[in-house]
Amino acid sequence: MATQIWKSIFRHDFEDTPANRGKVIRSNVFLHLHPLRIPKHAMKIRFTWCMGGITFFAFLVECITGILLMFYYHPVIEYAYMDMKYLQFDVPFGQILRNIHRWGAHLMVMTVMLHMLRVFLTSSYKPPREFNWVIGVLLLTLTLLMSFTGYLLPWDQLAYWAITVGTNMGAATPFIGVEGPFSLVDKFTDVRFVLLGGTTVGANALLRFYVAHVIAIPAVVFVGCAIHFWRIRKDGGISRPL
Amino acid sequence: MADDSNPIPVQQECPGGCCKKDVSESRRTLMRRLGWGAFFTTLAVSAAGTLRFFFPRVLFEPPTTFKIGTLENYPQGTADKYGVVSVSEQFMEAQRVWIVRESDKIYAIFGKCTHLGCTPKWFPDDRQYKCPCHGSQYYSNGENFAGPAPRPMDRYAITKLEDGRIMVDKSVLFTVTQFDDPRCFLEA
Ligand code: HEM
Ligand code: FES
Repeated sequence: MATQIWKSIFRHDFEDTPANRGKVIRSNVFLHLHPLRIPKHAMKIRFTWCMGGITFFAFLVECITGILLMFYYHPVIEYAYMDMKYLQFDVPFGQILRNIHRWGAHLMVMTVMLHMLRVFLTSSYKPPREFNWVIGVLLLTLTLLMSFTGYLLPWDQLAYWAITVGTNMGAATPFIGVEGPFSLVDKFTDVRFVLLGGTTVGANALLRFYVAHVIAIPAVVFVGCAIHFWRIRKDGGISRPL
Repeated sequence: MADDSNPIPVQQECPGGCCKKDVSESRRTLMRRLGWGAFFTTLAVSAAGTLRFFFPRVLFEPPTTFKIGTLENYPQGTADKYGVVSVSEQFMEAQRVWIVRESDKIYAIFGKCTHLGCTPKWFPDDRQYKCPCHGSQYYSNGENFAGPAPRPMDRYAITKLEDGRIMVDKSVLFTVTQFDDPRCFLEA
């Protein structure tokens, strides 16, 4: 197998030597985000809880199940709710697919917060890891935004009113919300209008939330995760137990 | 024989202090500024255009005015303890508006909770509206008395047309401080 084809793709041999182990990590575009060697303490579940890892796993589950849901879901008000029912009652394995996507979303929100808690409790946010904490706050916000935008998509009463309430809170933003303090805008130029693509939760809102949910936000999360993981390596690997 | 006849010397001292190098240098600076200037201008204009892109010019939302019949449809009667004779739910489903009759006026309540925007429900026996989202409650005249709602429900502009029919305009909204505005109710 160690042919020219193999060698043209993977720049290392099979032999289990320290040099080859290093090359496996370094010559792989995904693995190179990871530190070359992992110290023993970083493997201790008691220290990391693997909460960041579980969060990333949940994110991957959401990506895969989400792409599958996209094969049946139309982001149009005439179809959205019907498609959810169709998925639940007639699409083969549709019910479990939809449920996994929903459970995964709940799990991700919970684990990302627990991950933040453990980083805080282990003082892992301290220099040189301050910037990774900042990236983390961005990832937390994006995780919540993915949940918020996804919440509208079933287009049922819960979805409709949750987004009505949520975007009305946006209208109360200072300066850029029509009902907010120091408002500089009217109801056709405020932040709520951009979020909804109109003045009511309607067809434009559904489409906008869909685009944000399936492409815009996950794309930023992917880039954010890449930086987050790469920074762990650059900041000297997982922090040490005190 | 050395070739001294090369007509274009590669390097030449500039006699009058005007240095050729400086000339090309300043030309390059100018070109560089123009280049970057064009680049950033394009970038700024595209960014502004992209921002504008997110504000649609045409909204495919329903028309904002609708007619609610004539005065005969809202007859006089005995008032409840909040001064309200009748609350019509006829346009609630389609327009999210209650037409309320008091003994001396008619007005159109926008059925939107002033807390965070859910639709309250009218309970004719209690003479009250109640919001399912966080429990706000209002009297039949739209005044809040319980729950997180900060103010009475808003009202829409209402006018009588020449042919005697009454029209509600949902693009003009009044809050409690503006309820005295003549467009906010119909004397009748
Ligand atoms: C999408 C969300 C997130 C993902 C997928 C993620 C993923 C990870 C992973 C896999 C690790 C390696 C260690 C571990 O598993 O615990 C890690 C470490 C770290 N994370 Fe996150 N994380 C996320 C959000 C956050 C948040 C919200 C914060 C804090 C505001 C944060 C701050 C950090 C820091 C400072 C480290 C380095 C910890 C150390 O060296 O001990 N991350 N993250
Ligand atoms: S929206 Fe009606 S009580 Fe909160």
